[in-house]
Amino acid sequence: TNTCSQTTNLGIRGAMLFSVGVFLALVLNLLQVQRNVTLFPPDVISSIFSSAWWVPPCCGTASAIIGLLYPCIDSRLGEPHKFKREWSSVMRCVAVFVGINHASAKVDFANNVQLSLTLAALSIGLWWTFDRSRSGFGLGVSIALLATLATQLLVYNGVFHYQGLQYTSPDFLYIRSWLPCIFFAGVITMGNIGRQLALYEYKFIQEKTHQD
Amino acid sequence: MTLREQLREKISAAFYRHGLLCASYPVPIILFTSASILTCCYPLLRLPLPGTGPVEFTTGVRDYSVPSHEPQGDLGERPDWYRGPPVAYIQQVLVKAAVSPWDSSLVTVDVFRSPLSRAFSLLEEIRNHVHSDSSGIRSLETLCLQVTGLFPGLRRMQSVLPEHGCLLVSPGNYWQNQRELFDSDPDLLKTIQKHEPKGLHTSATLRDLLFGVPGKYTGVSHYNRKRVVTYTITLVLSSYDARFLGSLRARLKQLHPSANCSLRDDHMVHVHFKEEIGIAELIPLVTTYIILFAYIYFSTRKIDMVKSKWGLALAAVVTVLSSLLMSVGLCTLFGLTPTLNGGEIFPYLVVVIGLENVLVLTKSVVSTPVDLEVKLRIAQGLSNESWSIMKNMATELCIILIGYFTLVPAIQEFCLFAVVGLVSDFFLQMFFFTTVLSIDIRRMELADLNRRLPAEAGLPPPKPGPLRPREVPPPPRPSPHTITLQTPAFRNLRLPKRLRVVYFLARTRLAQRIIMVGTVIWIGILVYTDPAGIRTYLAAQVSEQSPLGDPGGGGLPPHLGVAPVFRGGDPTSTLSIHPAPDPTPLPENQSQGHHGSARAGPLPQAPPAVPQITWGAEDEEGWRRLSFRHWPSLFSYYNITLAKRYISILPVIPVTVHVSPQEAIETRHPQDTRHPPPPIPKVSADLQTDLTLYKVAALGLAAGVLLVLLLFCLYRVLCPRNYGQNGVAHGRRRRGDLPCDDYGYSPPVSEISPLLLRGHSMDIECLASDGMLLASCCLAGQIRVWDAQTERHNIDFVGGATEPECLGSEARGPSVSGDGLSEEEDSYPLRHRTAPARPTLFTDQPDLTPLIDTNFTSQPPSHLSTPPREGFDFGGLVERAYIEHEPPSNSTYPSPSSASSSPPSGATADWESSVWAMELRGNLIAAGRSSGKLELWDAVEGSLRCSNEDGVSGITALAFLNNRIVAARLNGSLDFFTVEINKPLCLLQYRGAPGRGSMPPSPCYSSEDVISCQLTRSVQCAHQKPITVLRAAAGRVVTGSQDHTVRIYRLEDSCCLFTLQGHSGGITAIYIDQTMVLASGGQDGAICLWDVLTGSRVSHVYGHRGDVTSLVCTTSCVISSGLDDLICIWDRSTGIKLYSIQQEVGCGASLGVISESLLVTGGQGCVSFWDLNFGDLLQTVYLGQSSDGQGVRQLLVLDNAAIVCDFGSELSLVYVPSVLEKLD
Repeated sequence: TNTCSQTTNLGIRGAMLFSVGVFLALVLNLLQVQRNVTLFPPDVISSIFSSAWWVPPCCGTASAIIGLLYPCIDSRLGEPHKFKREWSSVMRCVAVFVGINHASAKVDFANNVQLSLTLAALSIGLWWTFDRSRSGFGLGVSIALLATLATQLLVYNGVFHYQGLQYTSPDFLYIRSWLPCIFFAGVITMGNIGRQLALYEYKFIQEKTHQD
Repeated sequence: MTLREQLREKISAAFYRHGLLCASYPVPIILFTSASILTCCYPLLRLPLPGTGPVEFTTGVRDYSVPSHEPQGDLGERPDWYRGPPVAYIQQVLVKAAVSPWDSSLVTVDVFRSPLSRAFSLLEEIRNHVHSDSSGIRSLETLCLQVTGLFPGLRRMQSVLPEHGCLLVSPGNYWQNQRELFDSDPDLLKTIQKHEPKGLHTSATLRDLLFGVPGKYTGVSHYNRKRVVTYTITLVLSSYDARFLGSLRARLKQLHPSANCSLRDDHMVHVHFKEEIGIAELIPLVTTYIILFAYIYFSTRKIDMVKSKWGLALAAVVTVLSSLLMSVGLCTLFGLTPTLNGGEIFPYLVVVIGLENVLVLTKSVVSTPVDLEVKLRIAQGLSNESWSIMKNMATELCIILIGYFTLVPAIQEFCLFAVVGLVSDFFLQMFFFTTVLSIDIRRMELADLNRRLPAEAGLPPPKPGPLRPREVPPPPRPSPHTITLQTPAFRNLRLPKRLRVVYFLARTRLAQRIIMVGTVIWIGILVYTDPAGIRTYLAAQVSEQSPLGDPGGGGLPPHLGVAPVFRGGDPTSTLSIHPAPDPTPLPENQSQGHHGSARAGPLPQAPPAVPQITWGAEDEEGWRRLSFRHWPSLFSYYNITLAKRYISILPVIPVTVHVSPQEAIETRHPQDTRHPPPPIPKVSADLQTDLTLYKVAALGLAAGVLLVLLLFCLYRVLCPRNYGQNGVAHGRRRRGDLPCDDYGYSPPVSEISPLLLRGHSMDIECLASDGMLLASCCLAGQIRVWDAQTERHNIDFVGGATEPECLGSEARGPSVSGDGLSEEEDSYPLRHRTAPARPTLFTDQPDLTPLIDTNFTSQPPSHLSTPPREGFDFGGLVERAYIEHEPPSNSTYPSPSSASSSPPSGATADWESSVWAMELRGNLIAAGRSSGKLELWDAVEGSLRCSNEDGVSGITALAFLNNRIVAARLNGSLDFFTVEINKPLCLLQYRGAPGRGSMPPSPCYSSEDVISCQLTRSVQCAHQKPITVLRAAAGRVVTGSQDHTVRIYRLEDSCCLFTLQGHSGGITAIYIDQTMVLASGGQDGAICLWDVLTGSRVSHVYGHRGDVTSLVCTTSCVISSGLDDLICIWDRSTGIKLYSIQQEVGCGASLGVISESLLVTGGQGCVSFWDLNFGDLLQTVYLGQSSDGQGVRQLLVLDNAAIVCDFGSELSLVYVPSVLEKLD
């Protein structure tokens, strides 16, 4: 029964992380939509789902994997994450992540290098403020690079059409300068949420083993 | 000392001084802070209020010129958006048309069919209008806004809105601007309705767009009482040409003169539209705000241990908000106008500034020692956290500084705001929040003080005097010595949450007040929005009363329902045209005249039949009555956004059209006459009134339903099902900290008054009861027996028995039996009196005086000289005593010395050893001594009936069931004794064979019986280590030992049935009852439930850190207490912990269950009653005034719902009358 309940817990956690990921993907996509559309179109709801249908589920899956991976790696490395383990801190982290997205969507930067640098600084700041673990940083960087690579491949192969349109060149550059940092910040955020969720389960298991 | 440490020390000292300052002068500092907040926020007054509504600016028409792009500083009143050309100029032609005079032969469709048909000719006129002068020929085509196609996705609009060419909108668009289609349309209203959106109407419908006036003012309906049709033809021009428009205006006026029309035409209005916030923008915004609130919630949840949690949370939020306002204000003051959208960046600012410092401060201050002065606590708390606060602040400033060097204007601006916000937040934290915190903590201390005073004042002065009760005559039942229930308001009573909510609602009359306020607001809104035409009515009343008003004109019915639309304004400015003026000769360029304008003579009909076309002030700017999204939505259909841009609306051109009845009949469609005649106007007015009433009623109903739903939600939120989880929180409450006095409701008073039983000189060691009698044994070896069973719960001291070995002096050993005897002598007459006559004698005597005291030191020393004789005459004396009233038995009464195995030796030998275990059955007390001796005493008479010295190891536990006594010894062996009663004459029936198990549970041994106690079986090495617990019930004996095992024996044949293994520590607690429920608890903190029949383990849970000290089961749950001061309640069938109650440190481990739902626990000088179902503390009863030091160690629940507990040398009997009712 112990393993059964553990898998159930894992499932619940994964589902929560998945839904958070989907929600954030939709909202952040909407922020990007705003950048490109001057006029508020009459049927807005459809614009929420303007990108390909499989993008939000992918984001959700990815966030679930990341959110489960972080506590797992923590326990493997044997250094449980102790830094700022509170829901208020997690909320703060999510807010900063949305803020970074907001800034990248709303603020007009002079050039893409500036955008990249700013976002990179913000992302590192996010990591420093809410994570500060080497494993978190390493995982974040590697996942961000992988994800960027995958996206680029998809785009080159023409699978992924941003908003149903082909990329125009500046748009493409904009996206490319924007992606890695956002991915990194997203990984840190989801890892933070995942760790906080795992903390509950950890407590639960502790209690359980004590009982047995 | 490094620089860092020096700095740290300095900061700490500075914070300390600051804390002292804040706590010393709270009021001036708060005033100062408020003043500075207001000062800093003052510049905000100059900022425009945020909002998305359009802004207007009016200029004259004559000297109008397109504003330049460059900002012009000197034009102060000119808004800064008024730059450059507008998106478009709007020219509306307002048409009012009516069939005049009205003919009774006309049908309702005629009211609007022919007036609408005039739109086509007017359109033609406008389209074909050409103005030519020196600068060239201009037509509408050259000036109007050319559109190039509808926004994709508006297929349904395609047929009605112009797709290309001039943007010219009129009702004619419904019929593609073709008169033929209009004429052949059998049902105009249906065509109009066809394009209306189904369901909820949005603010700008197609009908509004095409008609240019709000739908209800058009008059296009079957119920048009005024028979005037109003619509506009809207021209959208891309450039302004005053001369062309002037000629058009003149031309239309000439064609359709509006006599007495005094509309002003010298002002044009520029309307600037803000950026619209659509759903696409709203969703991220809402998301950020949700995250923000979650952040604030999770942060403020951590505030604890303060007087008013919500107050402090509010102060924290106020701190953050006002620091933001201050930063915006300061930035504005220094000329930095915010260009960022405040609503968007606000959540991020709050997150950056954060609530952390506030919480850290609170926690730090709260964790300082409570006994310090408030000032010092604040100062200490501040200085403790000073370093981390400063460090965080510096880090944040650094991050923001880095952000500033990104050189992106938007980010720079954000950073600037954040820096100012951080600094002002720091300022507010240091001054405002710290002061509020100091006030709060002071309040808390005051409240504590107030609470304690009455509780102590209620206690009687402590009685001085030695402990020994002999010297102190017991008080003649002074009521207060039992007290301890405080005044009702300060009662420790835990109400269920839902009750507290109800009390709160009742006390504040919240619902009533909300309803009242809601009603007032609702009435206010009603008056303001005026749906029923109250204002019109009032205006009519006023005009009626004024001398200038036409008394005959007040034809308005006095009831509110009539809401004439065009008549209601200022009567002096409304002028009516009764007969239409003669049409002027048609000018040259009219391509399509209206023929036959000659009317068939004015019909001499009643004046109401003539529709009145009036022009009022409200027509001047009729577009104002439209939704403010009217123009944006019109333009958005052509993919033109008005956000942050403006349009200019030119003065309307009024057009009055009168259609003769003949023409109306001519333009009729054949099907028009088939429509039913309109209802009588009066009825329609009533209908309108009714409709309004219905609307109002529906609104009220909806409000009521909403309120109910809201309350229901409130209830659900505040009353979650997991009541037990709260037990932990309130279990920790200090004594005197009362939950319910905050609400001002005193709980129903139930009298629970403990009775104090004094007599023991040392701490009470053992306590036993069989329901009737209560036996207690103290460290001194005294056993006292009390009657626990009288109705009026007055205890009567029945007999003091034995043993004065309090000093343990060997020298007196031989004399002891003499002492015992002398006691018997003393008590003899009394016993004689009380035993038979006790009920009648004492029911009316509330006095609890111990009638006999057995302190041997007061005995005459003469007894010391004759120990042996007295000792041997013991039995004889007893016998003699009973001869008086029981003559038949005396002759055959054998000498105790001969009948029983060892009473004489037992009675005399062992006074040095102390009593380790005691049991009471019937009137026999079984006492196990440390020397290994088992003694049986008569509880009524106080005489030793027999003793057994077969064992030498100390008896650690005793069980007395039926006629068996089981003694557990220190060496781990278990001895089974049988109590045999030898009836001297066999006159009395033999009461049952020993070991049968069918005897009544409390056999009554008469004093003549010769009782002997035989060791039937001794199980050596029952356990490897000392037996710690022994319980017997249901024919089973269960032992627990330090060797981690539990054994079950059958009582009848002393056969060991099971050895239960499962604990990893010594057994400390066992519970078994008649239903064969067996639970055991050990030093490992584990609790095991066993099946007694099979010896298998049912469940195994870990509940305590440290020993399980006590275990009780009810039918549904297991209650355990541990050394960790936790009381856990487990579900018996599943072994799941339901909840736990955290008790005070050092609380007794004693537990008792009075009924299925009532748990009683012992505390420091008090017992607490808990509701088992909810884990709520019901009541705490304090046992005595000197109770603080002594914990309740043992607690015994008697059958009549009384509780006996010992604390120190005193016993307390708490009788719970209300519980009896619950038991039923």
